[in-house]
Amino acid sequence: MKYSYFPGCTLHTQTKNFNDSIKITSSLLDIELEELKDWQCCGAVYPLTADSTMGLVSPYRSLQKAYEEGTDLVTVCSACYNVLKRTNFAVSNDAQIRKKLSEYMDVDEYAGESKVLHLLEAMRENKGFEKIKEKTINPLKDLRVAPYYGCLLLRPSEELKFDNPENPTIFEEFINSMGAIAVDFPNRIECCGAYVSITSKRKVKGATESILKSAAKRNADIIITSCPLCYHNLAKEQEQLVQSDYLFKPIPILYFTQLLALAFGIEVGSCGFESNRIDARPILKSKNLISGGDAL
Amino acid sequence: MPTKTKTKAEIADIIKRIELISGENIYKCYQCGKCTAGCVMAGEMDISPYKVIRMIQLGLVEKALESESMWLCAACFACRERCPKEVDLSKIMEALRVIQVRDGKPLIEPEEVADEVIEEMPQQGIVSAFRKYN
Repeated sequence: MKYSYFPGCTLHTQTKNFNDSIKITSSLLDIELEELKDWQCCGAVYPLTADSTMGLVSPYRSLQKAYEEGTDLVTVCSACYNVLKRTNFAVSNDAQIRKKLSEYMDVDEYAGESKVLHLLEAMRENKGFEKIKEKTINPLKDLRVAPYYGCLLLRPSEELKFDNPENPTIFEEFINSMGAIAVDFPNRIECCGAYVSITSKRKVKGATESILKSAAKRNADIIITSCPLCYHNLAKEQEQLVQSDYLFKPIPILYFTQLLALAFGIEVGSCGFESNRIDARPILKSKNLISGGDAL
Repeated sequence: MPTKTKTKAEIADIIKRIELISGENIYKCYQCGKCTAGCVMAGEMDISPYKVIRMIQLGLVEKALESESMWLCAACFACRERCPKEVDLSKIMEALRVIQVRDGKPLIEPEEVADEVIEEMPQQGIVSAFRKYN
């Protein structure tokens, strides 16, 4: 199945390893991602103001372009997903907003005809989890993986319709299909504090620490996410936590497609592990998922 | 304690402004506290999320605007998801932020953010923060 692909600003810069692993793994699942031409930053947060639609111009442009290409739009960064899907919901349901945007941009009116899908949703639509089972040549046996959903994939659920907002299962399904163990931990849908960390890290400490400790209590080997900001906040907090709590052992955080690349037997050097803030290779080596030589 | 400086009419105007920007009816809230129970940032706030709405309902808008709470809201939408009255508190917090920003009182100026923060934080985080705080 062919889709337009919206990588977003972070996947093109700081988290290239996420983008690379998406490209390698999706093609093996018959999900063909063609990068949208001249895409622009989505704005990272969905504008919550009723009296201004300026913030919707950029995501609307991307949606309109995907429609012109005759495809649905796949994105993977949780923030891009939240913004693009909510914008699509707004223009589908609000004729006034849609008219304003199309007139302002001087383009044909677009009314949400293209779908916005997260890569996990695209997998679900294309029997991806069955295909993952078939194509896994390096089953992640005995690896305890904590799926961290965070907020932007799930809420507001009436607009995103991603999964059950209080008890999602799509990440668990993904983890199980690679032969790993999905760790059930209570804080998997809680917010990490998001952009608040730009002002004072102390303020997000409570949020990040409870997520990490909750995963640690359930003996998670690895945490997976699809959000670069969650990744950053959780990794940064661990630098403090190892200083203040001698019982806490760092838990590597990976982008979910990095783990998929490993399960598909892609050469370890192409899984992007060397760019992760907390090195996952020692734990993967201890589970015999990569060989000693690979780890170096 | 801040001294009360605004007239009744001015306060009514600010409440109207909050409702216009947020698109929410603040009087729908019946103070069950579910928003606050599920808020990961509530422990850091000087005024709890449900109290912020109550203050606006009671006309204590100046106090609500002086509070740090709106800047600590991470827009995670847990409150909105769980509100039995379908009040979208994330939009009310946004309205308070937007009023401050439009009135020339942003929380941060880009040039004041430390270089190491900019270097370390993903682009998505920097864009989000500037959208919310400036």
